[in-house]
Amino acid sequence: MLRPYVPSGPRDSDTSRLVRVLKLELKGITKRFGSLVANDHIDVVVEPGQIHCLLGENGAGKSTLMNVLYGLYEPTEGEILVDGKPVTFRGPGDAMAAGIGMVHQHFMLIPVFTVAENVALGAETTKAGGFLNLDDTRRKIKEISDRYGFDVDPDALIEDLPVGVQQRVEIIKALVRDAKVLILDEPTAVLTPQDTEELLDIMRQLKSHGTSIVFISHKLREVKAVSDTITVIRRGKVVGTASPSSSTTELASMMVGRAVNLTLDKAPANPQERTFQVKDLTVIAPSGQHVVDNISFDIARGEILAIAGVQGNGQTELTEAILGLQDRVHGSILLDDEELVGRSVKDVLNAGVGFVPEDRSLDGLIGTFSIAENLILDRYDQAPFASGISMNPAKVLENAKTRIDEFDVRTPSGSLAAGTLSGGNQQKVVMARELSRPLRLFIASQPTRGVDVGSIEFLHKRIVAERDHGTPVMIVSTELDEVMELADRIAVLYKGKLVGIVPAGTGRDVLGLMMAGLSPESAHADTATKNQATTPADGRATAARPVQESTSGAAGANAVGENND
Amino acid sequence: MQPSAVPATAQSGSLPGGPDESESLLRRIFTGNGIVTILAVLLALILGGLLIAMTDKVVASTAGYLFARPGDFFAAVWSAATSSYVALFQGAIFNPRGTGVAGQFAPLMETLTIATPLITAGLGVALAFRAGLFNIGAQGQIIMAGILASWVGFALHLPIGLHLLLVLVAGVIGGAVWGGIVGVLKARTGAHEVIVTIMFNYIALYFLRYLLDTKLFQRPGETTPISPILDPSAVYPLLFGSQYRLHLGFLLAIAATVFVSWLLNRSTIGFEFRAVGANPKAALTAGINVPRATVLVMTIAGGLAGLAGVAQVAGTEKVLTDGVAATYGFDAITVALLGRSSPWGTFAAGLLFGAFRAGAVQMQIQTGTPIDIVLVVQSLIVLFIAAPPLVRAIFGLNPRKKQAATAGKTKQAVTTGGAA
Repeated sequence: MLRPYVPSGPRDSDTSRLVRVLKLELKGITKRFGSLVANDHIDVVVEPGQIHCLLGENGAGKSTLMNVLYGLYEPTEGEILVDGKPVTFRGPGDAMAAGIGMVHQHFMLIPVFTVAENVALGAETTKAGGFLNLDDTRRKIKEISDRYGFDVDPDALIEDLPVGVQQRVEIIKALVRDAKVLILDEPTAVLTPQDTEELLDIMRQLKSHGTSIVFISHKLREVKAVSDTITVIRRGKVVGTASPSSSTTELASMMVGRAVNLTLDKAPANPQERTFQVKDLTVIAPSGQHVVDNISFDIARGEILAIAGVQGNGQTELTEAILGLQDRVHGSILLDDEELVGRSVKDVLNAGVGFVPEDRSLDGLIGTFSIAENLILDRYDQAPFASGISMNPAKVLENAKTRIDEFDVRTPSGSLAAGTLSGGNQQKVVMARELSRPLRLFIASQPTRGVDVGSIEFLHKRIVAERDHGTPVMIVSTELDEVMELADRIAVLYKGKLVGIVPAGTGRDVLGLMMAGLSPESAHADTATKNQATTPADGRATAARPVQESTSGAAGANAVGENND
Repeated sequence: MQPSAVPATAQSGSLPGGPDESESLLRRIFTGNGIVTILAVLLALILGGLLIAMTDKVVASTAGYLFARPGDFFAAVWSAATSSYVALFQGAIFNPRGTGVAGQFAPLMETLTIATPLITAGLGVALAFRAGLFNIGAQGQIIMAGILASWVGFALHLPIGLHLLLVLVAGVIGGAVWGGIVGVLKARTGAHEVIVTIMFNYIALYFLRYLLDTKLFQRPGETTPISPILDPSAVYPLLFGSQYRLHLGFLLAIAATVFVSWLLNRSTIGFEFRAVGANPKAALTAGINVPRATVLVMTIAGGLAGLAGVAQVAGTEKVLTDGVAATYGFDAITVALLGRSSPWGTFAAGLLFGAFRAGAVQMQIQTGTPIDIVLVVQSLIVLFIAAPPLVRAIFGLNPRKKQAATAGKTKQAVTTGGAA
């Protein structure tokens, strides 16, 4: 039921300079899927020229609501009003025509097309003879790019652009289609801290030009920084509105429905002997690229090392190499002086490595399997779950009961399919499985991605408990907040290389620059000059003290690499 | 590494009710909804009935004066369809006009006999599918089993009991090796099992034709491609005496179903198969040896299809011809599909298809309805199972329909709102 977008002629683009404000109202929107109520009589009013934030945990119903607004779902009840008039969207085409644009969390761009081609896609105009006419689109892109300082070249290929710029292309796509209300669905999930700041600036600019923005997020800091109004959604219902001046604790409590302790109570680390060592590790992708490039580090028992970095900088390959999932691995991975390189996944797991993969639905769980089966996914052939090749379903269920209680997995029964659980509960299942045996190394990749705030607290405590139990712990996270919260030391990866290892307490801005590839020294220097020029907005001081220690650590690691080359 | 946009598939914390994108079409077809399966069979029978009526002479003649006396026409349609299906039933399950109880139940025995290879070969396809492999190669596996089993049956002369056991073992090994090679190719080189099994079907068929032209296999004094008759010690004993063809193979088919059911649901091997089939990446991450599981499942699947080959040469045919596998290997795919890849579902589907085949002959004799109509019904079943939304729409089970209807009322042009 997609109505093709009718390209607007030059007349429209002229009038678009005049700010046409649009008031958007969602009245009593209810969306049911069978017995499940995803949205329960939700009322939201997006005033013209405002940044309206929808705050809620994963699975609270924010995305469903936006899909209703964008014409992807039809509401079971309720209506959408545009400037006071009821409208029905039968597809995104209708929504676009009404002036609503959406930037999805995962970009809808074709990598091998140019910016202009992507923007024109779906609304192409032709010259005489049926040839594609991109001149008009190019001109519009330039116009928008100049107006907001996007700095986007219409003829650049999408695949050559950094993520942050790709996101701007998505925004341009919506603006070219005359969007007066822009929906941004978890836009900062894929960005570096610097890119995030820039995006927030862009949002403010768009607002000043009269574009309303619906900003979907669960990151409190960003929400507070940019919103005019905050609507908090919990379990499909609006639980209230808040002003951006509310404290993070207040907002979090509204979001979760109970008091949340946002700061982790964590005793100082008590590092013991360094039992896990990675030396000169290189992982070569099938393309021949060195996706992990000569990395060396070690982790002590009773210590958490966090690997920070923007997604796609070699973190996945690093963890996979440790687990034995990568084929072309050079260098050495030692656990209690035992070499792990070249061993099968089963051997590595049996050696006492607990592994929480970054994408639980892809690597961590089998959605169609029961929770009980998922809880023994890597021990199905060991006692007491099996004798010989015969499995013991009673023991499997018994184990499930214990783990479900211990990890507070919210489910009526262990025999339900794991795919029916919420993200947080799925993660608890994976974590319960991996932490239910004696470990000599614990690796958790994105341990709280897509997990509700309430569960994050629980999962973080578990990870720290494992550390205090004397296990070397390695955390891989693209969420800087999480890294800063959990880590005893922070290693930053950029393009497969180790930028450096810095101690916990290193400032957010320094880490951000390191994530963009700057060495710790120049990152510190850079932030120092910035701080001289402009007084920092908040009291988050850059960590000046640990610089020496951290740089020497990083240099040491690099030196080892060079010696063996 | 260039940080790039996360692919849309990377996170499937799918919206409730939304289609799960990771679910492949094939998976949906093979493990679809039970009600849809039953409705698909029903729908296929109804359409088949209409087809029967279209080819019926009486219907054709009444159609000539349809507008004068429409009653005649519809009565003729009804009687043509029902009489054919009654004949089908009588030929497949129970014939009230049979001589004595034995004669009356003869059709059922025939159904079970024909169902035997369908069930075991169907299990082979179903098991492989549960491990995520699409085994099109049951036909070739049946042929290879038939070759080995029949050779042991007519060339070796061994004592009773041992001889049959060897025939059985030889056949199962023949199928298992033929399937196992595909598994090895897939595990080692990544060669797609669909392509390889299809090719292996041809190789097996032409190998069989070649063998039947050699001294080793051709019956002495014959010019037609047919092997010597198997020794009496090498054939399956009949279950209910010589009046029926039903043989020990049927009991083995039941045993095979029990075995596959246990294997899949209660053994570590089945756990691996199911894990690999449902999510190979998670299986790999959990330390399951995926290549080994691939080889193993194809070997066992081949062995099950091999059991069908043994049922053919040692059960019903007692010789080897180039038609040893008939179309059992291909029908097995449909059987597994209809049985939604569950062992007992496959068993039931095998019985249904056995009944179709057994009854078709009687149907043609009694009513003149061509046997091919059964093939059409079978094909329609597949078609409908492959299109659940169609079946649901026809029977009004579509949950979205109601919504669309109510939404349609309030449908007022968006353009008015947009232009404001």
